[in-house]
Amino acid sequence: MKKSFGYKLNIFLFLLPALILFIGVLIAPIFMSLSYSFTEWNGLKDPIFIGLDNYKELFTSKSINIMRALKNSLLLAGLSVFIQLTFALWLALKLGKKPVGERAYLSIFFMPVLISTVVIGQLWLKIYNPDYGVLNLALKSLGLESWTRVWLGDKKTVLWACFVPILWQYVGYHMLLMYAGIKGVPTELCEAAMLDGCTEGQLNRYIIIPYIKPILRVSVIFAVTGSLKSFDLIYVLTNGGPNHATEVPSTLMINLLFLRNRYGMGSTIAVMLIVLCFVFALLINLVFKEEK
Amino acid sequence: MNAQNKQAIDSAPKKKGIVRKIAVYAVLIFWAFVSLFPVYWMLTFSLKNNAEIFGENVIGLPKYWVWENYTRALGVGNMPRYFVNSIVVTVATILITLVTSVMASYALTRLKWKGSKTMNKFFMLGLTIPIHASIVPLYTTLAKVSMLNTYWALIIPYSAFSLAMGILISIGFMGDIPYDLDEAAFLDGCGVWGIFFRVIVPLMTPAVATVGIYTFLQCWNELMFANVFISRDVLKTLPVGIQSLSGQYTTEWGPIGAALSLATIPTLLVYVFLSKQIQESFIAGAVKG
Repeated sequence: MKKSFGYKLNIFLFLLPALILFIGVLIAPIFMSLSYSFTEWNGLKDPIFIGLDNYKELFTSKSINIMRALKNSLLLAGLSVFIQLTFALWLALKLGKKPVGERAYLSIFFMPVLISTVVIGQLWLKIYNPDYGVLNLALKSLGLESWTRVWLGDKKTVLWACFVPILWQYVGYHMLLMYAGIKGVPTELCEAAMLDGCTEGQLNRYIIIPYIKPILRVSVIFAVTGSLKSFDLIYVLTNGGPNHATEVPSTLMINLLFLRNRYGMGSTIAVMLIVLCFVFALLINLVFKEEK
Repeated sequence: MNAQNKQAIDSAPKKKGIVRKIAVYAVLIFWAFVSLFPVYWMLTFSLKNNAEIFGENVIGLPKYWVWENYTRALGVGNMPRYFVNSIVVTVATILITLVTSVMASYALTRLKWKGSKTMNKFFMLGLTIPIHASIVPLYTTLAKVSMLNTYWALIIPYSAFSLAMGILISIGFMGDIPYDLDEAAFLDGCGVWGIFFRVIVPLMTPAVATVGIYTFLQCWNELMFANVFISRDVLKTLPVGIQSLSGQYTTEWGPIGAALSLATIPTLLVYVFLSKQIQESFIAGAVKG
């Protein structure tokens, strides 16, 4: 085939629809958000350039209190890495040993990932319902009357009550990735190790886990950036309440944007989130590289 | 060492192994139960009356099957509209994603040009860009061109955010099509468009299924864009619609459960029939992303 002008034009035409969509909706808005973040703008009048004032306000304002939101999402990230991923890894390792019903377990564990977060949120709202919810009813029937709570109304429990469904929903996702990785470990490698007298624990620790490190890295990155970006379930369960106890950066962003029409400040939070996700992804990559 | 002693030493680790195995199965079964419970509970309380839901029979199967909850769920608010809206938005998004990503994949893999690898990497950025980056610019732009509260306000962003995944999957499938076919078609007088439509497109059906399922799952459940770009009730998609219905009918658990079930059943059906493809598309997205 000749590389004539016509050929090049055709390449361009094949790429054009995708490029328009991709640049218009994903790439250009990043730069637009960045430029909005330097302005004070209510969406009606023209934006006014105010330099870094939004960033200064974001990190000092007591009414926005970004630090609380960040602390909440970092706590979620920590729980996600240390509890959710550990459990997911355990499940994946056990399923990798081909137990009876392997496929069924895999499919059941992954199912919550596919269900709409609104549906999951509404169901957990009902599970936590103080009068008729399954949780309080179960505690009562076990004779633990004193443990019952208004789970989503009590400042002491609400954060944990929000985190449980989030962690619960995505265990299956991480398990699936790790399971796929474990299935890729060459069987000869495991057999040789077994012949050398490796116990199951040693096999997991010295052969399988090091082998699936690239996947563990992806899982850790997804768990951390996903926690920083988390929105759906918290929005449905509490929308940041009661009294801002469960605020995360995304709920702050949406409320500043669409309740208070502060487009400049909303964009500032968006930019901060993008930068944070990027920095954490780089850091996690570094940690995994160093371990090699 | 006498025989009895030896037997005791042999069977101790064996016994330990069995106990451990039972423990493993117990945890697996427990987690299967925990994973299924909310959905099981939803499906059962969607068929119960209030007396059963609120005390008589909280977690059992319904004693009287109240199918009326489903007819009532379809009667409250604009539930049928939400359903139709979700279908329209999802189907349109799948079509646009498929056409654009198969075309782009063709240019990226079958046509020879400098920079195709870089361009591919550029598109793969889409797997990691969060939707937060787009929400304000999209909102203000859509408002400017009066496209808020239209189907397009969702279809365009959804297609753009599904694109990277679509390209990733299409390239995978396209790699399996032998290059000899392109050459044979070329010798028969086909140009690049002829090869695309007569050779590549007909062989891309498996990719169509995988891209379609993945895009379906993303659009059907999406909340943030749908919540912000659509405020007119008759245009809301299921997640937003259900969210507002649940706020209005807090004591009517039966019909709300029916509405939640109606929104979930399509996903469950797709999953039952295509669980392997779905799982594989999620794995592919993560491994490259």
